[in-house]
Amino acid sequence: MPISNRVARLRQQSLAAAPAISAERAELMTEFYRQDLGPVSAPVRRALAFKYLMENKTVCINDGELIVGEKGPVPKATPTYPELCCHSLQDLDILNSREKIPFAVSPQVRHVYEETIIPFWQGKSMRDILFAEMTEEWKAAYEAGLFTEFMEQRSPGHTVLDDKIYRKGFLDFKQEIQQSLQKLDYLNDPEAYDKQEELKAMDICVDALIHFAERHAEKARALAEQETDPQRKQELERIAEICARVPAHAPRDFWEALQYYWFVHLGVTIELNPWDAFNPGHLDQHLNPFYQKGQADGTLARERAEELLHCFWIKFNNQPAPPKVGVTAAESSTYTDFAQINSGGLNSDGSDAVNEVTYLVLDVIEDMRLLQPSSSVQVSKKNPDRLVKRAARVIRTGFGQPSIFNSDLVVEEMVRQGKSLVDARNGGTSGCVETGAFGKENYNLTGYFNMPKVLEITLHNGVDPRTGRQIGLETGESTQFKTFDEFFEAYTKQLNYFIDIKARGNNVIERLYANYIPSPFLSLLIDDCIATGKDYHDGGARYNTTYIQGVGLGTMADALTTIKHHVFEQKNLSMGDLLAALHDDFAGHERVRQMLLNKTPKYGNDDDYADEVMVDVFEAYFNAVEGRKNTKGGAYHINLLPTTCHVYFGSVIGATPDGRKAEQPLSEGISPVQGADRRGPTAIIKSVAKMDHVRTGGTLLNQKFTPQLLKDDDDLDKLVHLVRTYFKLDGHHIKFNVIDAGTLRAAQQNPEQHRDLIVRVAGYSDYFCDLGQALQDEIIARTEHLSF
Amino acid sequence: MITGLVFDIKKFSIHDGPGIRTTIFFKGCPLTCWWCHNPESQAVGAEIVFGQGKCIRCHACLVRCEQEAISWNGDGVASTDSQKCTLCGQCVEACYTEARQIVGQKMTVAQVMEKIEEDIAFYDESGGGVTFSGGEPLLQRNFLLALLRACKEKEIHTAVDTCGFASWEKLDSIREYVDLFLYDLKLMDDASHRKFTGVPNKLILENLQALSQQGHNIALRIPIIPGVNDDDENLRRTGAFAATSLHLKRVDILPYHYTAIDKYDRLHKVYGLSETRPPLDERMAEIAQILQKFDLQVKIGG
Repeated sequence: MPISNRVARLRQQSLAAAPAISAERAELMTEFYRQDLGPVSAPVRRALAFKYLMENKTVCINDGELIVGEKGPVPKATPTYPELCCHSLQDLDILNSREKIPFAVSPQVRHVYEETIIPFWQGKSMRDILFAEMTEEWKAAYEAGLFTEFMEQRSPGHTVLDDKIYRKGFLDFKQEIQQSLQKLDYLNDPEAYDKQEELKAMDICVDALIHFAERHAEKARALAEQETDPQRKQELERIAEICARVPAHAPRDFWEALQYYWFVHLGVTIELNPWDAFNPGHLDQHLNPFYQKGQADGTLARERAEELLHCFWIKFNNQPAPPKVGVTAAESSTYTDFAQINSGGLNSDGSDAVNEVTYLVLDVIEDMRLLQPSSSVQVSKKNPDRLVKRAARVIRTGFGQPSIFNSDLVVEEMVRQGKSLVDARNGGTSGCVETGAFGKENYNLTGYFNMPKVLEITLHNGVDPRTGRQIGLETGESTQFKTFDEFFEAYTKQLNYFIDIKARGNNVIERLYANYIPSPFLSLLIDDCIATGKDYHDGGARYNTTYIQGVGLGTMADALTTIKHHVFEQKNLSMGDLLAALHDDFAGHERVRQMLLNKTPKYGNDDDYADEVMVDVFEAYFNAVEGRKNTKGGAYHINLLPTTCHVYFGSVIGATPDGRKAEQPLSEGISPVQGADRRGPTAIIKSVAKMDHVRTGGTLLNQKFTPQLLKDDDDLDKLVHLVRTYFKLDGHHIKFNVIDAGTLRAAQQNPEQHRDLIVRVAGYSDYFCDLGQALQDEIIARTEHLSF
Repeated sequence: MITGLVFDIKKFSIHDGPGIRTTIFFKGCPLTCWWCHNPESQAVGAEIVFGQGKCIRCHACLVRCEQEAISWNGDGVASTDSQKCTLCGQCVEACYTEARQIVGQKMTVAQVMEKIEEDIAFYDESGGGVTFSGGEPLLQRNFLLALLRACKEKEIHTAVDTCGFASWEKLDSIREYVDLFLYDLKLMDDASHRKFTGVPNKLILENLQALSQQGHNIALRIPIIPGVNDDDENLRRTGAFAATSLHLKRVDILPYHYTAIDKYDRLHKVYGLSETRPPLDERMAEIAQILQKFDLQVKIGG
């Protein structure tokens, strides 16, 4: 369907608006924290801070829009969170001037930071506290690039909403809070007082968001009074009515449902900057009853529903991800904030959930072609092939969306982790590929873990060859190992040592957030925080999962295969000679490098020799992480995704035994090493399916297809078959980048002419021209599957 | 043990019959079509090819060769004396950059079946299977027959891509194991056929008619080579033959492409159509219309 003039204008405005730093939130937060509140508990202090923001932040209603409310004062004005991490003047200058992903910083903003924000927050932000609490071992490993720490810049998030707001208003939540307060047993429950404070804090947040919506109602009424266009006047009056109704009460129609969600979204992302934008999850399932009702009583035409969704989509695109602190000019990051709207999948009774809104949403994704929100189709064996085929048609248009998930497997993963079947079916995926029980889980990604760096340290008996520092265990000189098994055991020891360090850090950081930065607004929305009186950061969620994301599986598989095959079995190369070649970055060892590249079994070709090594790497990582207890009553699990971290992790590692040169990117997700797969997509799928995806919380497989491969209807059917087969083999996720290398090279040469080119980076898509050169080169290098 | 010479195995083959397939390329062909895009398939025996761009001048091939068949010219480029070379493959093994490659691997039926069976999950899902192509698979009839039987034992869908230039006895022996023939029809005029493919077309047309009469499932495939067979006269004769003598419903027309030019260089062969360009989309559509007049369903591309 062609988009309306209104939507075309709003979309264009959203695309044209330059991302900027807004100091409004930082200033309000500083004003609030300067007040002497007397003795207040941490959750109540955070709730009052939230209330202060909701009372004082600018209310924005853009001309012509149907869904209202912005995170900043205007679209793409991005708030900052100095209580978590405070930008330095240097950070601001880099953000303002860097070539990729810039954020405009006005002289006024810079001035406010210099005079007010930085002096107040220096040394007090969560980032400062967090680093002060970490051990020397942790710092050494962190600086060497063994892992990253998500919570040093953003608060624990990674959660998605379920259907509760479509059934209940915030006044209903208020009642539930009162019931919980009345049930507190001060005599027998030693935590009763803490719970009272948390519940009081939640209650303050309920009122704060209702008040925020009412401010929008007032603004809409004022605008309506001045409006001369009768149609717009009527719309503004309706907007005022909606904002006076939701979120206080449950929504009555499609429009109210979307606006309600949007207020909640703003609340969550203004309270804190939780990792991965919150998102509505199974939007098609949530909206379908409202859509059907509107169709039946004649109040909602399909075109209107689509227009409302268009407006809703644009709201996401107006909110760039919060920019980092401690940035370097070279580091580019991304504007996308990983809100992944799920379509399809299963109903809570296990039946096919695909409905009319599912196809409506796919139309909207295709019409909008926006970076945000991200989108996925959840494909169960019970869903029809046409769902996948319709998704393939959108994929073919070449902007990297939607990604495709195996809904049945996602359920199985959650059930294995101990979730109830119904909660699992109501769950899905978010961020890049992460599995979660929507509305009921704090599934917290804590950082990427650099497996090939552990291998490098093992090869050097615990020393990081880049710095000469002994940061790992002394597991033996690698020239002394007699068998591959001995060597692998040394690797496993080093791996467990560094995972111990990471987990110890995580367990401290989890308590820092629970104690200092509780999140009472988010807690309102996630079961069972109200019922238990516990904060989201303090084990209030029904399920609490801690993930450490493994990176470089393909590099590991090929590097260890080299060692096993050439050093220990065929004895084509001594360990000493291999180390010498790595040390010299293969300079003067080109023939050795060619042997490693071309005469070695490689993961990704359905070759059992290399694939079995990959499975060993997977199992070692699983065993090192799985089942450890976190501080919230839950456990650690693994997932395998890199976002863009395989580029950073590669930059801290010298040459590796798979033939990769120093500082080059590692393999990405669970994909084979770039260019090592030579037998096409079916072989890749067979290889990657040899690990047990069920025991992960998400794996990421990218496939790059040139547009020609999806030219005809028949080709789309073949894509459907490919996806179905991967899922039959228990694959978790697959994503297709439809692009040809020639186009990418042209874009690299003439970025001006290819600004609209969106490519799949990892678990998400980004503008190709916004990526750094290394990442651009890496994407070009990913094997193209030309099968003609 | 029956063995055959295979020069390539391609997975996710999606234009050689229904569904997702694996295509097995047999070495050796009785025809020498000017436009052949697998020139390495033509010779019956194995061959060694050399890609200069990949060579790092390490001389490992020279050192390894026991026949002293490899020498180096002034530019540092290796040349192989085919009189001395025994195709033992030692130089290929020594060549880590894959500049030297052997075209044509001797494989057993079990080895080929192992490769075919790797993608069974994809065949099941897509209604795909295996396609035997080449070269000309019927040149290695015994090997082909053994593979076809092995596939049928495992209920794997089979297609044979043939030029049709083989004795009826050979075709007759395999046809009960073939679910689909992909039958190439190039030129109706015998003299032109001889000129551009090196053989007469009488046997090809007779075999096609015989297979059709036996009720076999046949997909007729016509490569469209500008200046060779894309004239209206040839197309009308082809259409008439397909519709009246064969009672076929469907033909595929495959536009010529010249992606194989550099393969000819590597094989030291001369490419006779270096001036020929692929047919325009408009011309392909016109050709489809000509054939549709004979009540045929025409698909552009395979």
